Amino acid sequence: MTNLPALYVRRIRFEVRLLLRDRSTVMFSMLLPVFLLAIFGSVFNNQKLSYGVSFAQYFVAGMLASSLLYSSFQLLAIDIPAERINGTLKRLVGSPMPRSVYFVGKFGSSVFIYVLQAIVLLSLGHFAYHVHLPSASGRWVEFAWISVLGLVASSLLGIAFSSLARDGKSASAMAAPLVLFFQFTSGVYFIYANLPSWMQHVSTLFPLKWMAQAMRGVFLPRAYAHAEVAHSFELGRAALVLGLWTVIAALLCAFTFRWMSRDEN
Amino acid sequence: MNAIEVTGLVRRYGDFTAVNDFDLTLATGECVAMLGPNGAGKTTTVEILEGYRRRDAGSVSVLGVDPAHANRAWRQRIGIVLQSADDLLYATVREALEHFARYYDRPRGAADVAALVGLEEKIDQRIGHLSGGQRRRLDVALGVVGQPELLFLDEPTTGFDPEARRVFWQLIERLKSEGVTILLTTHYLDEADALADRVIVINRGKKVADTTPADLGSRNEGRIVVRWRENDAVHEEVTSTPAAFIASLSARVGGEVPGLEVLRPTLEEAYLELVEESK
Repeated sequence: MTNLPALYVRRIRFEVRLLLRDRSTVMFSMLLPVFLLAIFGSVFNNQKLSYGVSFAQYFVAGMLASSLLYSSFQLLAIDIPAERINGTLKRLVGSPMPRSVYFVGKFGSSVFIYVLQAIVLLSLGHFAYHVHLPSASGRWVEFAWISVLGLVASSLLGIAFSSLARDGKSASAMAAPLVLFFQFTSGVYFIYANLPSWMQHVSTLFPLKWMAQAMRGVFLPRAYAHAEVAHSFELGRAALVLGLWTVIAALLCAFTFRWMSRDEN
Repeated sequence: MNAIEVTGLVRRYGDFTAVNDFDLTLATGECVAMLGPNGAGKTTTVEILEGYRRRDAGSVSVLGVDPAHANRAWRQRIGIVLQSADDLLYATVREALEHFARYYDRPRGAADVAALVGLEEKIDQRIGHLSGGQRRRLDVALGVVGQPELLFLDEPTTGFDPEARRVFWQLIERLKSEGVTILLTTHYLDEADALADRVIVINRGKKVADTTPADLGSRNEGRIVVRWRENDAVHEEVTSTPAAFIASLSARVGGEVPGLEVLRPTLEEAYLELVEESK
């Protein structure tokens, strides 16, 4: 009989190993957050926000939320159409592989990339820009569940998005600007409370605003909650919104996912 | 029981009928080659049998199962070599074979399969670094790693040099001797002649011949060409009785006939004529 957990573990290892050999992808996904942190940290670090919070502290929380999107949504939205074109999906569907194995493998490689990005961001932030890391273990538990929930929602959204694009190139052209748009409107590059209210209203409907706000709840002092629009980091509501997006994305995947190109069925 | 039974298969793409009332039977252990020009409907037919494409009409049974309702147990028993693949570039031959072996209940070992397709020396090379022919052999290796009862090969030797093709043929002979049923599509007449028990010619979605390679080649038995040289010119005569013609020719020229050749119609000529007739 098939031992599903063993197949999942094998597939994740296989995916991660191949991903690591694709140097340009790995370098890009590691260097982008580093560059952004270096640029924004250097330019704005003299700015003090309310309650003595440095811009770098605020920005690292936003970049961790962005990493959730980079490592799952953006990676899968680009990778899966490319694999639909190069024959990966067709080969797998023609084999007796249980189909869930493919998705678990993709999720595993997203988790792997996210963990690397988070380590790089937190170490660089801490050592180069004096970003304060929480010492209370409760904060790290919050960090863990926000990360897991964010990765699940974003991965499923990436898988759903992958059915829109014809190939990897057009997927990249569609997904990357979308991520950038949400970064600008969700409190990553700018202070969320300072954004025009229409922008706040738009981003409230989407996951990144909630992931960034929840990350601020982990990495910013409790007092900073008063500077937030809702006077709270709203962790409970963030969990609710991300859970809702998980359900929506899962339904989209179930109804729209294609193993082969449209002209191949 | 037959490995494949197809009757009245129809597949349309919009107004275009790619496969039109196609019948096909493959006995267990048989090796059948499907020939036809580009766009004849070969790949559509094969991909319907593999469970990739849907059909508009007809009944299809592959190893006793309708591929439209294929399950994993059925996939255990078939092997697929697709027409083109550009995946797994960052994996080594061994990693890919070992990885796919895990999805099968009774796989072959990675080293064994690599040896079977002649890739034992490349087993630790990245797939992205293989030559075109080696890459194709890897595709075949991945197709047989699960020890299938039925193997689909879609234009397996396109782009091979003649020597690689001969090596590949030996591999197919070996699989045949193990009792694997094989459905092969190809552009190469010599390949069909060398490997197949039966040849099916398909054109414009219709079957235009279903016969042995020998019978296909002797379709034009009555049109044998005798060629010779006389008075510094090459002469040709088409005849159904070459021996009698040569005897009279020899008598006329008085002994040996210079430059004498007897040309039987080749499989290729018979095939091209068939395709031409069915246009």
